[in-house]
Amino acid sequence: MSELNKVMVEKYRNDFLREVEANVEEGNWVKMCMQCGVCSGSCPFGPYWEHPPQEIFMMVRAGKREEVLTSESMWMCTSCYNCIVRCPRELPITHIMHGLANYAHRLGIAPKMNPTRRFAKLFWQNIVKGGRVNELKLSIGLYFMDGFSNGVKKGLEMLPVGLGLLKTGRLNPFGLLGGGKCKGAGDIHKMLKKAQEIENRRKGFAS
Amino acid sequence: MADIKIGAYVCKGCGLGERLNTAQLMTVAQREGKAQVVREHEFLCNSAGVSMIKQDIEKEGVNHVVIAACSRRAKTDAFGFDNVAVSRANLREGVIWVQPDTDEAKEITQEMAADYVRMGCAEVAKMQIPQINPSHGNNKRILIVGGGISGMTSAIEAAKAGYEVLLVEKTGELGGWVAKLYRRIPSHEPYSDPMETGVPALVRQIEADKRITVYLNSTISRTSGAPGQFSVDISKESGGTSTENVGAVIMASGFEPYDLKKLPELGGGKSPDVVDQAGLEQLARAANGAAIKRPSDGKEIKSVVFVQCAGQRDESGKHLAYCSGHCCNTSIKQAMYFKDSNPNVDTVVVYTDLRTPGNGEDFYRSAQRKGVIFTKGTVSEVVPGAELQVKFKDLILNDDAVAKADLVVLATGMVANSGVDIDTAGGAPNVEGKTEGGESKVVSILNLTYRQGKDLPLLKHGFNDSHFICFPYETRRTGIYSCGPVRRPMDAQQAIEDATGAALKAIQAAENAALGRAAHPRSGDLSFPTFRREGCTQCKRCTVECPFGAIDEDEQRYPQFNESRCRRCGTCMGACPVRVISFENYSVDTVGYQIKSVDIPDQFSEKPRILVLACENDAYPALDMAAMNKIQYSAFARIVPVRCLGSVNTIWINDALTSGYDGVVLMGCQKGDNYQCHFVKGSEMAYYRMSKIDDTLKGMSLEVERVRTCEVAITDIQRAPKIINEMAETIQKIGLSPMKF
Repeated sequence: MSELNKVMVEKYRNDFLREVEANVEEGNWVKMCMQCGVCSGSCPFGPYWEHPPQEIFMMVRAGKREEVLTSESMWMCTSCYNCIVRCPRELPITHIMHGLANYAHRLGIAPKMNPTRRFAKLFWQNIVKGGRVNELKLSIGLYFMDGFSNGVKKGLEMLPVGLGLLKTGRLNPFGLLGGGKCKGAGDIHKMLKKAQEIENRRKGFAS
Repeated sequence: MADIKIGAYVCKGCGLGERLNTAQLMTVAQREGKAQVVREHEFLCNSAGVSMIKQDIEKEGVNHVVIAACSRRAKTDAFGFDNVAVSRANLREGVIWVQPDTDEAKEITQEMAADYVRMGCAEVAKMQIPQINPSHGNNKRILIVGGGISGMTSAIEAAKAGYEVLLVEKTGELGGWVAKLYRRIPSHEPYSDPMETGVPALVRQIEADKRITVYLNSTISRTSGAPGQFSVDISKESGGTSTENVGAVIMASGFEPYDLKKLPELGGGKSPDVVDQAGLEQLARAANGAAIKRPSDGKEIKSVVFVQCAGQRDESGKHLAYCSGHCCNTSIKQAMYFKDSNPNVDTVVVYTDLRTPGNGEDFYRSAQRKGVIFTKGTVSEVVPGAELQVKFKDLILNDDAVAKADLVVLATGMVANSGVDIDTAGGAPNVEGKTEGGESKVVSILNLTYRQGKDLPLLKHGFNDSHFICFPYETRRTGIYSCGPVRRPMDAQQAIEDATGAALKAIQAAENAALGRAAHPRSGDLSFPTFRREGCTQCKRCTVECPFGAIDEDEQRYPQFNESRCRRCGTCMGACPVRVISFENYSVDTVGYQIKSVDIPDQFSEKPRILVLACENDAYPALDMAAMNKIQYSAFARIVPVRCLGSVNTIWINDALTSGYDGVVLMGCQKGDNYQCHFVKGSEMAYYRMSKIDDTLKGMSLEVERVRTCEVAITDIQRAPKIINEMAETIQKIGLSPMKF
């Protein structure tokens, strides 16, 4: 259990709903769910979720902290926004799902091998580095996420696409060596650091 | 009685002139209908046409008028003549609009029209001009039984309309259950917080109103009479009775909460910390905005669980089978009592279906915003103890769960305080708690001296029969209206609206009674039933079948009609086996002679005759509307409107079949618990009587398919003509009646 997780458990004891309200993006909406199930019915991935949004909300209210935060469910959200559009109570369901995922990640109890989480991490590291996404590095990183041999296999599979992109000038092979950074990437790092500080202060995380 | 002089008027407007041979119709009216004055007019309902008829009435002494034009439901203003008996031959909606405009159809269309003219003349010949009910009273005071929110509202509304009010309350103070509440469910924007009950202000208003006389600690020990002339004994608890005369009565006797001791599995009666909603109101009133303390040890309540549908919507037959409607909103309100004084109190509402009528959805949302937790689940058990355990099944997570609480509130629902069930002579089905030592202690509310019983008849679950679907407030005792939770479960806001409506209905009833007229739904009707004493066999069927308890029994055991209580449906007339009951303008003869006047072609003509007896409230308008939509039906049908299917005397069916009709169709309203019959029991009685007609038919060696009884709603515009056509097909299949002579 991460230090932060211990702190949160201690702080909110049995009141998971209050913890979610205080720390999860749009978490104060969870109590407004009226359990109609339209979100679960509207989700294109609905059948594949272990706990669809309706259940997640009920579990938050029922204080099932471990089950919710270690769940793969909210990582399944593809941000199609069907649920937000249809929710009769106008809950920002998509945002809450991302909020919960993010919170679980911060606490260090999100499922480690969840592919969505790993890709998100990859993306974040990539974009933060130069202030702009280095597509070549990102895709290669993605191919090699599941080990070297898998990466080579995937890379060969995608070779014709890559050559096509290269031919039409859509892919800069020198991206591999770095470059493509925006001007003043260092300033962006400073801004992000400051933002992190503010968020930590507001949510009471130890920085 | 003055001599009858019949005037028959044939209209040529609306295409009647082009489609029909009106000269022939006039001949029919004159020769067969015995009309002394016969005229046609290009446009009978215009001022020239109407004044032509009026002139005949004044100068020629015409006192019975046949209008051969449109449906009796059309142009009622133009053809409404004072002191004249009027019948309408329906040539427009009944003939030309439902028959094809072709040369082949011309002959049978004309025959149809001629028959309707014959029927109109036959009917009017047997009609008399209705005289005002001689024994009407003109008291317009309103008696209100019950001083709760419903009764108080009715009293204020009736007084505001200028009527004197007697308000009788059995306890020592006004206000009823609402006065016992800490706060009420909000009735106005933004529907977010509980609001003041408003009872003290209402009480002050009543006390200040000179038109309202309040009787506290009093009950009704006798009610007799009829609208406009009720005589009521009001008995004080301390003894002493005063007799008052009133014109109409409003019964607002309210409800009792379902006894939580009947729910031991939910901790009812097992722990002082398991209370019903009324119990929580008491705690909240004691706290008065401060932290609510629990009954067992006075500890400040930190967590509370509300159990919805406790002993309600029960399918096992042990508890209340219905939903009381207000409890979800009430629990939301009560959870707010806790949240408003301390947001850290855990409040959980365990529900199976949250139902928040009115603007309760906003209220529900407000409670969610305040942090009340709503959990969909069914509670199986409440374990008593210092910390109560509520065991429930979470229906969303499909999980057995336990909620711990300092206090549990059971939403137990409402049981109507409706007095004696006159059908079973017991109480409302769910108040056995009042029974002690096997002897029923259920007390009558109204103590009516009616032959049919002491209280208003019940519909279901112990609630008053109040024409639930079509005409709320209308009970089965004329001039007595019920409102509030005695009629159906409801919250205070609905009760206020209900009470306002009932006050207006009571005023209407008293006003109509003072004019000697019928109350709803034949409001304004001056006719009333009379019976031929010499012919009466004292079978009492009329007294039993009258849906409104209008008929008592006199000292010599003859029926005693209370005209002011009568709704003029004619169910007594249909019931009478010796046919001695009649109305001046509606009798066994007015319909019987219509039936007999129809021309019956011989067996070889291939022209059958179908008699349709259609309820004038629903089936007849449905057929009219079908005609407006030009939906055609068999030209062999002859439709006779009846006041209610209950007024159909089986002699009419008998007469029709013996005189050669090939089929009979009876069209009435829906019966049963969800009845739509304007006269509540009329169509049911008709069905009951017709269920025995098969033997009669077999005795006449006729096929049972020749008579059909069916439920037709006013919206059955397509179906009603279809039913007629089906009968025509049936007749084609089984052949014409052999009884044509």
